[in-house]
Amino acid sequence: MRPFVYEQPADVSTAVAIASRFTTNDDQPTRANAQFIAGGTNLADYMKLGVADPNRLLDLNKLKEQELRHIHVTNEGGIRFGALARMGEAADHAEVKRRYPVIADSLRLAASGQIRNMASLAGNVLQRTRCEYFRETSWACNKRVPGSGCAAMEGFNRQHAILGASDACIATYHGDFAQALIALDAVVHAEGSRGARKIVFAKLHRQPGDTPHIETDLAADEIITAIEVPAIPWARRSLYLKIRDRESYAFALASAAVALDLDGETVREARIALGGVATVPWRAGAAEQSLQGKKLDEASAEATAEAAFAQAQPRRHNAFKMELGKRTLVRALLETRDMKV
Amino acid sequence: MDAAAPKPKENMGEPLPRIDGRLKVTGQAHYPADLPTANIAYGALATSSIAKGKVTKLRLDDARAVPGLLDIVTYGDMDKLEKPKFGNSGATSIGPLHDRRIFHDGQIVALAVAETFEAAEEAAQLIRAEYEEEKPTATFDSPGTATIPAAGRSPLFKEDVKAGDFDAAYAAAAVKIDQRYSTPTQHHNPIELFSTTAYWQGEQLVVHEPSQNVTGWKVELARQLKIDPAKVRIVSPFIGGAFGSKGPMTPRTAIVAIAAKRLGRPVRCVTSRMQAFGTQTYRAETRHRIRIGAGKDGRITAFAHEGWEVTSRPDPYVVGGTSATGRMYDYGSVLTHVSLVQADRNTPGYMRSPPETPYVYALENAMDEMAVALGMDPIEFRRINEPKTEPIGKKPFSSRSLIQCYDQAAAAFGWAKRDPEVGAMRDGDWLVGMGCATAIYPTAVAPCAARVRLTVDGDVRLQCGSHEIGTGVRTVAGQMASERLGVSIDRISVEMGDSSLPPAPVSGGSISTASVCSAVLKACDAIRTKLYAAATAEGGPLAGSRNAEFELVDGKIMAKSGASAKVEDVLKAMQVGAIEEYAEFAPKGATPEALKKLYAGKPEFHGGDQDEDSVKYAFGAEFVEVHINRYTREIRVPRIVGAFAAGRIMNTRTARSQLMGGMIWGIGQALHEATEIDRRYARYVNRDLQDYLVPVNADIKDLQVILVPEVDHAVNPAGVKGLGELGNVGTAAAVASAVYHATGKRIRDLPIRIEQLLV
Ligand SMILES: Cc1cc2nc3c(=O)[nH]c(=O)nc-3n(C[C@H](O)[C@H](O)[C@H](O)COP(=O)(O)OP(=O)(O)OC[C@H]3O[C@@H](n4cnc5c(N)ncnc54)[C@H](O)[C@@H]3O)c2cc1C
Ligand code: SF4
Repeated sequence: MRPFVYEQPADVSTAVAIASRFTTNDDQPTRANAQFIAGGTNLADYMKLGVADPNRLLDLNKLKEQELRHIHVTNEGGIRFGALARMGEAADHAEVKRRYPVIADSLRLAASGQIRNMASLAGNVLQRTRCEYFRETSWACNKRVPGSGCAAMEGFNRQHAILGASDACIATYHGDFAQALIALDAVVHAEGSRGARKIVFAKLHRQPGDTPHIETDLAADEIITAIEVPAIPWARRSLYLKIRDRESYAFALASAAVALDLDGETVREARIALGGVATVPWRAGAAEQSLQGKKLDEASAEATAEAAFAQAQPRRHNAFKMELGKRTLVRALLETRDMKV
Repeated sequence: MDAAAPKPKENMGEPLPRIDGRLKVTGQAHYPADLPTANIAYGALATSSIAKGKVTKLRLDDARAVPGLLDIVTYGDMDKLEKPKFGNSGATSIGPLHDRRIFHDGQIVALAVAETFEAAEEAAQLIRAEYEEEKPTATFDSPGTATIPAAGRSPLFKEDVKAGDFDAAYAAAAVKIDQRYSTPTQHHNPIELFSTTAYWQGEQLVVHEPSQNVTGWKVELARQLKIDPAKVRIVSPFIGGAFGSKGPMTPRTAIVAIAAKRLGRPVRCVTSRMQAFGTQTYRAETRHRIRIGAGKDGRITAFAHEGWEVTSRPDPYVVGGTSATGRMYDYGSVLTHVSLVQADRNTPGYMRSPPETPYVYALENAMDEMAVALGMDPIEFRRINEPKTEPIGKKPFSSRSLIQCYDQAAAAFGWAKRDPEVGAMRDGDWLVGMGCATAIYPTAVAPCAARVRLTVDGDVRLQCGSHEIGTGVRTVAGQMASERLGVSIDRISVEMGDSSLPPAPVSGGSISTASVCSAVLKACDAIRTKLYAAATAEGGPLAGSRNAEFELVDGKIMAKSGASAKVEDVLKAMQVGAIEEYAEFAPKGATPEALKKLYAGKPEFHGGDQDEDSVKYAFGAEFVEVHINRYTREIRVPRIVGAFAAGRIMNTRTARSQLMGGMIWGIGQALHEATEIDRRYARYVNRDLQDYLVPVNADIKDLQVILVPEVDHAVNPAGVKGLGELGNVGTAAAVASAVYHATGKRIRDLPIRIEQLLV
């Protein structure tokens, strides 16, 4: 770990101003000289490992705007999450649990109690991949050192992605919360030197393509201030199913965020996102459509799962994620159907 | 009494809480990396990123430019010293700084020393090695391996055991199986990281390092540094998890000692979790072929166990579990053979029940398959093949309570409610499976010394250079003194983990309780003899009575007749303030050299399969219930029951804790643990606890340990069989058996993962 400057800006505009002074328009947030830190559970870890190397940290925890810490129901009946609210607070929030079980589940099943108490919601959606070859600096990794190659491609890639991968990078996006957010059409509020803007959640993360080091749509001086989920009354029928190697404290091998609007057993609308299998938070649009207007039973659930994984590209050690991902989705759909709401 | 403190049954001691428990939970226990604190310089290792080749150049300029950098120890700096030796005290013969050749991934290339930990780390990261790279060999099936017979390569593995004519018996058998099994590389990953802190007081070197073998290390470190062993002291009073990883000393220790000498101040090096994968030992991956033949009545007539184990190029580390598997049942004929497969890897080493965990796993999984092939209940199958004498040397077992363990565990588990049909049991969307397997661990014992002092104030000071690796040995040693001297446990202080104390053997092979307690017993009995002699001497308070008729209780010498005398008064009459006894215990069958070897850090092991009169083993039976989701196939273990018999149980609390920890580890070995290797580069990939999975609390639900009473006077004077390594031996096979019962899929390669059940 190298020496770095540590600052605690007093408010959002100061933080943005400092960030823009030490970064340029072309800088990627994860590669810039100045970087924001919230809970630090991801960034501090990667600094110690030599994966992240900012020489200036802007700690967001002292920002004076209180709405950054609040979680509240909006006038429209959605929920607005302050960027600095902790994972644990959101998971335990009564309105979140009541209105969007899928969100509460996705957070409750993530990380550990200690980490959920430290980690912020914005930091959570921006968490970087856990690819083993990315985390250890002696390996070739296009995401860490652009153009250096990808050791995972032909290496040990059990945890890697089968959806959204490229020839340059197959790293999985490991977050859980983001799957719920993308399924529910969430919107991210950000503030930077070029003003405030809203980003549709599905546009926040970038697939690796030829530039796996570009991970999000954010500028290096942009701060996420809030995440807003629109009102979806029927999202009370929703859940997050996470399949992993052990019962707790592990990333998903495959997961599914599902919300269903049912008319009896017939699907009016379905929302489906997949975790543990893709390079970015993954909305399974074609699968959603294939289910629309259908009676939800084991057969239609299986057809939906086929559609969701139609484009998947398995590799040597992660091929099982095809089958596991499908079964996870089938189970999630049927369990969501059977929820008592 | 609660679950953690089981009520003692016959031949079991009280569940005293650990005498150092309070220190540990209040942070007052000082672990080796906590001390000393003054004037410390920090060291960080730079390690190789290739597994085979040569370091042609080491770029140190960037590292030297780091503010606060004090020194870099690297090639050339160790040349006048001896290379490490591979053996009981030494993890490997690879002297990383003696030789520019790279033998494995993560080999030490330099130690950077700086004023702060952070500066040292930064400098170490900036050290750049240039290599002449060669294509490395990773493991089994990689091009370039060399396979050699294991027998005779290790003093602990002299021969491939055999009995009768296997080929003929197998050919004639009515029912037979021929299957292959495998277990992966595993790293110990103790929560306490590996560290060395060294400083010199003139000629005297003091090393604080978590160690399971302070005496052996003292001698080996002195040899490497070419100094008198009397000038080396190893201090390791508390150890935060060892499991064998802290048994042999690694090359780091001498390197840090040299750094401290060059700087003239204490140097501390704590290796990172990632670095530990390459700089410490690990459990070698193994492969097995097992053939079992039996009659239709279930009586085994033929058993063959072939094993293959990965080791490093220079060091023939042998796992060799066929000695136990070849003696487990009444086989008729036995054929075994173990081979070492050399690859470009760091040298493996001891990891909790080193031979038994992989070999008994393979045997017991095969036994379960055989029971299925015979259409027989797996417990019944074992009952039928219960031996009267062990099949190799036809010696009796000093005691063997396997069937009692099966009976008690089966009753507690509710085996009778199991529907033997595969896939027949369900719990909603979950397939339910139940399985069982045998645990076995050899009962060994080694020479040991101890010093015990009883003062006129009724305090006892017990000193022994053994090691508290979390097993509770400090507590049970104190308990032994408490019982023998009639002094309450809170008047007893126990000092361990220092090479300046009376020597004890390496804390490995589950010998500690037996060896330490036997030495403590001997010292206490010598004190008793002196006390009785004084008490019964002419003019003494109990004059005229005979020695044998006394007991020491509550600070008093109590005669059977009812007469008594206070120990305090006897000591006063002797005109002494304390009686101190230094005892050296040597087990039955010890050679004339045995004690000399103890002081030289090379203790002899006796017992197990080594003795003339009998073979000595502890046994257990483990039962597991698994639930497997019918869609997604994740495996959970809601219930596990183990029953174990291990001679005298010194303390039911610490015994249960050891067995429980073992069973939990066994679940991890069955379902979670594996070090993954990138075969192209012979490098470890999942080098931290994020990706190297072990069970967490949520994985362990209902766990029950049953202590089965057993009396065995043949094993050692304390009557104790080691049980620290017994609990994890049968578990993985029991899980495999339960998975088969639930799904009809026989998984033979560990760990059992979701992908194996999806196909
Ligand atoms: C052992 C372990 C297990 C885990 N398991 C899971 C799991 O199962 N599921 C899961 O979803 N996650 C898991 N995580 C990841 C964890 O949830 C994230 O580390 C955490 O949510 C990150 O939040 P933070 O506030 O600590 O982020 P930080 O580490 O502070 O920051 C992360 C990134 O976000 C940026 N950032 C933070 N806040 C803002 C902001 N307001 N605006 C702009 N940029 C910002 C930082 O610059 C940095 O790049 C695990 C982590 C660990 C260490
Ligand atoms: S998968 Fe992506 S993150 Fe992993 S090594 Fe390849 S480029 Fe790097």
